[in-house]
Amino acid sequence: MNTFEFLLQGLVIAAQPMNLLYALIGVTLGTAVGVLPGIGPALTVALLLPVTYKLDPAGSLIMFAGIYYGGMYGGSTTSILLNTPGESASVVTALEGNKMARAGRGGPALATAAIGSFVAGLIATLGLAFIAPFVVKFALSFGPREYFALMVLAFVTVSAAFGDSTLRGLTALFVGLGLAVIGIDQQTGQARLSFGVPDLLDGIEVTTLAVAMFAIGETLFVACQGNRIPEKVEAVKGSVWMNAQDWARSWKPWLRGTAIGFPIGAMPAGGADIASFLSYSTERQFSKHKDEFGKGAIEGVAGPEAANNASAAGTLVPLLSLGLPTTATAAIMLAGFQQYGLQPGPLLFATNPQLVWGLIASLLIANFMLLVLNLPLIGLWVKLLTIPKPWLYAGILLFATLGTIGANPSVFELGMLLVFGLLGFAMRIFGYPIAPVVVGLILGPMAEQQLRRALAISQGDVTALFMSPIAAVLFGLALLAVLVPLVLRARGKGEVLSQFAANED
Amino acid sequence: MSEVPSSHAKRRPDRAALFIAPVLFLLACVIWWDAGRLAEVTNYSRIGPATVPHVVAIGLALLAVWTAFEAWRGDFPEREPVEVQPVVMIVAGLAGQMLLLKTAGFSIATGVLFALTAFGFGRRKLWISLPIGIALSFVIYVIFGRFLQLSLPTGPLEHLFF
Repeated sequence: MNTFEFLLQGLVIAAQPMNLLYALIGVTLGTAVGVLPGIGPALTVALLLPVTYKLDPAGSLIMFAGIYYGGMYGGSTTSILLNTPGESASVVTALEGNKMARAGRGGPALATAAIGSFVAGLIATLGLAFIAPFVVKFALSFGPREYFALMVLAFVTVSAAFGDSTLRGLTALFVGLGLAVIGIDQQTGQARLSFGVPDLLDGIEVTTLAVAMFAIGETLFVACQGNRIPEKVEAVKGSVWMNAQDWARSWKPWLRGTAIGFPIGAMPAGGADIASFLSYSTERQFSKHKDEFGKGAIEGVAGPEAANNASAAGTLVPLLSLGLPTTATAAIMLAGFQQYGLQPGPLLFATNPQLVWGLIASLLIANFMLLVLNLPLIGLWVKLLTIPKPWLYAGILLFATLGTIGANPSVFELGMLLVFGLLGFAMRIFGYPIAPVVVGLILGPMAEQQLRRALAISQGDVTALFMSPIAAVLFGLALLAVLVPLVLRARGKGEVLSQFAANED
Repeated sequence: MSEVPSSHAKRRPDRAALFIAPVLFLLACVIWWDAGRLAEVTNYSRIGPATVPHVVAIGLALLAVWTAFEAWRGDFPEREPVEVQPVVMIVAGLAGQMLLLKTAGFSIATGVLFALTAFGFGRRKLWISLPIGIALSFVIYVIFGRFLQLSLPTGPLEHLFF
């Protein structure tokens, strides 16, 4: 069968009434939670994971896909109507979008973001459907050492390549790798770093860590700043619809944003923030209205939002075809797969094609639902933005602990939630990125397994790791990804990189 | 954002950040020590369960030195002053929920967390926020514990209704 037939088959699965319902619930919840200020896509996915615990794998993953896309849509609404600097993926949207909202053009800004996200999501999901099978074919020739090299590359790009400090990125990564060691060793069955505590034998749950660091860490961080930053929600004045000029100025940025975002997401090169930033600077160069940039140029919303969503879909290429999470959001999605004993990767396409193609097809459907959900119902989502901070964060913590209690109702698990929450808080204060910890925790054991397999094959000869051309190239890229930013920063060009900081997803 | 050394030559050592280095080093020591007591499985690859912990420990130790160096030069980003009281309230809320969960049940324990978090953000009227928190948690309990069948701990309030 070719991709078309697989995709059609997937659409048949995704169009079953129950699956449609799951997708609808997913996109609605995703949008509702994603809209809340301070909650990025990674946290949206982590918070809503428990909702899917009791469903069958297919239904749960379909709902999950809806939550993922919904979270991305919701985030853009927040950044346009509420200027929330610090949330990295949407900083760029906030630059122009919030200015437009202040000038009374919030409606068209939201519309171009939603339609741009739709166009990008559609093209990028189709891109995913057509590219993933090729990556799978390529990946089938991978041995343990190629996989290990690929994971090293992912570690480096997540932690060291972008952001404002190689040191702090690598430190966060190694903290994650250290946490990953905890528990029973997969190959020899020996307990590592568990200090005789039975609760630690299973290792640390990715969702517990992610929820603690993102939800509790963020809440504590916002709380400790007091009421220094006054927040103002811009009302949506006038029509939501775009006029002819808005359309004329938007469609090219949508397509350019997609073209920039999808490859960046698909390569293990970092998250949506990088894509949206590149798209922003591209639009500023191409625009005929350069003077409007910084004052509310619609191109500056259309392009980055499209890039944002295209890269979100692109991230699914390495996740589904290689089992490689390159962002915190993808790491949590991987944890979602693993709770059903499913390991994404080339084999999943062979052993469980209905599931994979059903998931891809339901992304297309979720995208349509989101367009309908976002344009006419925008007023409803805006109301969520006006929840006062005390109730909002109290509610966030309620849901954060609910997820942990629902997964494992033990006092010990809640204790870990608190400890990691404090760790996340401290890391935020000192400017450490969070995503490398989460990616390190989930990818650490997988990388260790591949490394040990590779070395068992080579009978302990470390140089054999570099002897395959593919592995050598991947290691070379990883080395460059550490060294080039170090040199750039040392020469005072670090400002550019720090703007690409991959914090949230 | 302050990795530009030359232009800010006169920075002072960052004492709080300097504290991070020994913490990282201690972590490295713990991981190294724990890996040491793992039984080495003799196989011909010389690779065992202790290999990766050793690598991680070495990495953390090196990063500790690097951190000490950067903190000494004052290369860490400037920090905003931290208000302690809200943080203490929220941590108290989380600890309270943890301790109350088994005896008081999900709704009451989570209600306490809710009220103390709201307190930390400036809603000081506990006699309003506590009932709101408990009621909200109870609704959540009904939705997730009853309809979605998550196993949430029960207490007097839950037993009253179910």
